[in-house]
Amino acid sequence: MPKSTVNFDWTTIFIYLLLVVFGWVNIYSASLGDSTSSIFDFGEIYGKQGIWILLSIVLVIITLAIDSRFYQRFSSVIYIFALLSLVGLFVFGKTIAGQTAWYVFGGVSIQPAEFVKAATALAMAKFLSGIQTNLNLFKHQLQAFLIIGLPIVLVLMQPDPGSAMVYFAFFFPLYREGLHYAYLLLGFLAIVLFVGTLLVGPLWMIPAVLVLSLTLFIANRKKRPSLIKYFFTAIVAIGFSLSVNYVFENVFKQHHRDRFNIVLGQEVDARGIGFNTNQSEIAIGSGGWIGKGWTEGTQTKGKFVPEQHTDYIFSTVGEEWGFFGSFVVIALFVLLLIRILHLAERQKSTFNRVYGYSLAGIIFMHFFVNIGMVIGIFPTVGIPLPFFSYGGSGLWGFTLLLFIFIKLDAERMSFW
Amino acid sequence: MRRLLLYIIVLTTGIIFLGRLFYLQVIDESFAQLSENNAVKVVYDYPQRGYIFDRNGQLLVSNQPSYDVMAIPMNVKAFDTAEFCRILNITPEKLVEKLDKAKIYSPRLPSIIIPQLTKSEYAYFQEKMRNFDGFYIQKRSLRDYQTHNAANVLGYIAEANKKLIAENPYYISGDLVGQQGIEGYYEELLRGVKGVQYIQKDRFNRTIGKFKDGIFDTLPQKGRDLSVTIDANLQAYGEKLMENKRGGIVALEPATGEILSLVTAPSYDPALLVGRQRSPNFTKLYYDSIAMPLYNRSLQAEYPPGSPFKTINALIALQEGVVTKGEKFTCNNGYFYGRGRRMGCHPHSSPLDMIPGIAQSCNAYFANVYRRAIEKYPTPQEGIDTWAEHLRSFGLGDYLGSDLSTGRPGKVPNADYYNSIYNYPNRKWYASATLSNAIGQGEVLTTPIQLANMTAAIANKGWFYTPHILREIEGREIDKEYTEKKYTTIDSKHFEPVIEGMHQVYKSGTAATLRIPGIEIAGKTGTAENFTKIGGKRVQLTDHSIFIAFAPVEDPKIAIAVFVENGYWGGRYAGRIAGLMIEKYLKGSISRTDMEEWILTHSLEEEYAKPQSGEPFIINQ
Repeated sequence: MPKSTVNFDWTTIFIYLLLVVFGWVNIYSASLGDSTSSIFDFGEIYGKQGIWILLSIVLVIITLAIDSRFYQRFSSVIYIFALLSLVGLFVFGKTIAGQTAWYVFGGVSIQPAEFVKAATALAMAKFLSGIQTNLNLFKHQLQAFLIIGLPIVLVLMQPDPGSAMVYFAFFFPLYREGLHYAYLLLGFLAIVLFVGTLLVGPLWMIPAVLVLSLTLFIANRKKRPSLIKYFFTAIVAIGFSLSVNYVFENVFKQHHRDRFNIVLGQEVDARGIGFNTNQSEIAIGSGGWIGKGWTEGTQTKGKFVPEQHTDYIFSTVGEEWGFFGSFVVIALFVLLLIRILHLAERQKSTFNRVYGYSLAGIIFMHFFVNIGMVIGIFPTVGIPLPFFSYGGSGLWGFTLLLFIFIKLDAERMSFW
Repeated sequence: MRRLLLYIIVLTTGIIFLGRLFYLQVIDESFAQLSENNAVKVVYDYPQRGYIFDRNGQLLVSNQPSYDVMAIPMNVKAFDTAEFCRILNITPEKLVEKLDKAKIYSPRLPSIIIPQLTKSEYAYFQEKMRNFDGFYIQKRSLRDYQTHNAANVLGYIAEANKKLIAENPYYISGDLVGQQGIEGYYEELLRGVKGVQYIQKDRFNRTIGKFKDGIFDTLPQKGRDLSVTIDANLQAYGEKLMENKRGGIVALEPATGEILSLVTAPSYDPALLVGRQRSPNFTKLYYDSIAMPLYNRSLQAEYPPGSPFKTINALIALQEGVVTKGEKFTCNNGYFYGRGRRMGCHPHSSPLDMIPGIAQSCNAYFANVYRRAIEKYPTPQEGIDTWAEHLRSFGLGDYLGSDLSTGRPGKVPNADYYNSIYNYPNRKWYASATLSNAIGQGEVLTTPIQLANMTAAIANKGWFYTPHILREIEGREIDKEYTEKKYTTIDSKHFEPVIEGMHQVYKSGTAATLRIPGIEIAGKTGTAENFTKIGGKRVQLTDHSIFIAFAPVEDPKIAIAVFVENGYWGGRYAGRIAGLMIEKYLKGSISRTDMEEWILTHSLEEEYAKPQSGEPFIINQ
């Protein structure tokens, strides 16, 4: 233990601290009432978040005190407990705003899904670090997808599609460990087809797919490509494109459709959802170079942006700290992600590397989806900005996720 | 590549985000302009709530305008509070408290300071309003009741509570929402959809036009008008008859399942729950834990059904083939079973077959018939379960599924139930242990509406429509649930003798003195023992008076169930009321004025005061 303490990656810890503190500063502004009270007023949102932040110091100490081999050895048990905690929601959970996602103890609500991400990352690391595991085998691919799929299904049943989406982050470690690139490509293509179909309709997408396949086929003709494979792929792509319309109209709910349509510029919303995104853009856009100053944001104070202290917290940054503040936050996240990737690459054990990649992937997904939504380039999906948004479970979940990695990294030498 | 991919994605995302932010924050000036104008005021346009009509097109509920005094705290300047308080008739302390609350909610958003001014208060305040900066009037629509009856059927509207606002984004603080009854169940149809206008304000909070040329604005959609199945005259008459009594009346049209009247007593005037007096009045009604005027007895009260239940036991026995209508049973002033146990009966001629059995309500007859139906099967468990299934097909033992916001399932015991109370298989039980079911006095419980529905099913000889209150919606079909026939498990041929028996109740049986000239009625009296707890001790109270009937026998137009708490025997209160209701509905006038006068001049308040008095009392006088 004394040997490893000096090896903690202080860069990461420092970025973490900056994000949490700056996050609280913005939550304070976004949730400020008119009566002045102590910053630890338990009745106020910023007071509650302050308590959560202080308590997370305890969490950090505990996380770092545990031997890193514990995380490796008990990863399966932790994963199973995490899944059970999701199943238990349907029996003991409380439904808030249509989502059965909370356990309530006294006045404190806990959202187990925020902790399941860390458990899944541990399970994935354990699985991929097995000596037998070979991601070229279809059977092992299936097992890996099962590890991701179980929490996705349980989270979707709450229903919380935003949190479920985050699990796509696990394709990054899978790809890093040797999953065929075709899976990533397929996923990417599916998104392009999906968005494309919604934008221009299947009538245009079908010829586009055909022309593209033909061009690729002719371009590659020296390699003697198999015509059947190309033909089959094109047919599947067209089928997918046709099914998108069906899914969009019949499976999606109206509010999902609205959110997509707003971002795609297909229709101007008349029910007020577009108004929210619009208000968020106005808040950020009105910040200018240096912003209006802390607690001086008129959009923020006028309560024009909904859910501003949770999912829309970045709009407060944009309004009150301007482009300068936004730049700092974006830069901090990019630096954090790059630092984590760098640490992951220097690990000797596969377990640590996979965990690091999972961590980076999860933080990235949150970062991408949340800020993309707030600045109006991604549909409205309710997931928090890591370390920043209001919410005790979210903060603790990410803290745990990150500090397990810091501990793994600190003891990376002591394994051998 | 495998190492670099995520690096590349992260950096690209960062660059795209910064680019977008640079565009939003630095290049595009329009946002700064928009926000500097501070922005947008949301104004809601509330549509008229739909009207409610009765089955004959008589208007029951319409709207009246009402005016809320609103304030935006940051715009409120110093003003003459004494004058303000005098005009609006409130104390200065109250005003200060309201303004403080509004400030805490938000200094920039409007809050209600005084809700629901009357027209004259509004007119006076309107003139003086220029003296009060930051205040304005929000017009709303309140209910205007054209009837003093049917409060429990109609429901009421009240301000949305915090929980609803959190759950349903449609509602904002101060919105009025239907509660209970028709207002509650058909809230979404009645309320319509409110319109929204986004209005651009400049720095001095002056309106400068529509935000983004009004692309986000919506027009209000008017609420739908509803017709209910209630007959307002019959309802009013029923409530008059039930004055000074507790209980319920449910009248149905057997051919459609429409609820002609749904009386619960005691009730209240729906106009009590309108306007500024709503809150104190509601509190008064809510805390009346003795008479419980907000408790809808016709839908929620579960009583033992008493003798009307014999009709259904007769039907089950016929369907199971354990008795013919001509078979006679002896009554020795009761029925003897087990070791010297006896179920009592009243004096009448003996032996009896089915028709006089029903007409005279002979307990011994039904004890025999019930036992045979259960003992037809090898075990009492199978017997009881078969019997319970027949009952369930009449809509007993479960929520009926009507479109009224409350209800109770009642109770139909099955084998599991008796197994658990008799501790089976350690101890065995037999049909005789459940014998009280034969006369509707055992574990079975029914609500008045279930009893009325059972009567309608008998009148129809084996089918019913789920009872419902909605007759017509402007421009929409009513729910399929209410236009599909539900069949009972009894063949229609078995209903003849039972209906004849019920007809004989009026000709020669227990309701012979209640005949209505010119109308052939089939009915059944009932008297149900009941108990309460006083200081932890079980005390018997005066019997409930029960009656079911339908008329005319040949072509039923009305089926009715009447329940009068502690009214003693069935013919005493419930039977009279049922006859009067039937005559009122079929003829429009009353010929048995003697019966009417008796009911109107008799009160049961004394009876209800007995258990509260704390002194010993005598029952069934």
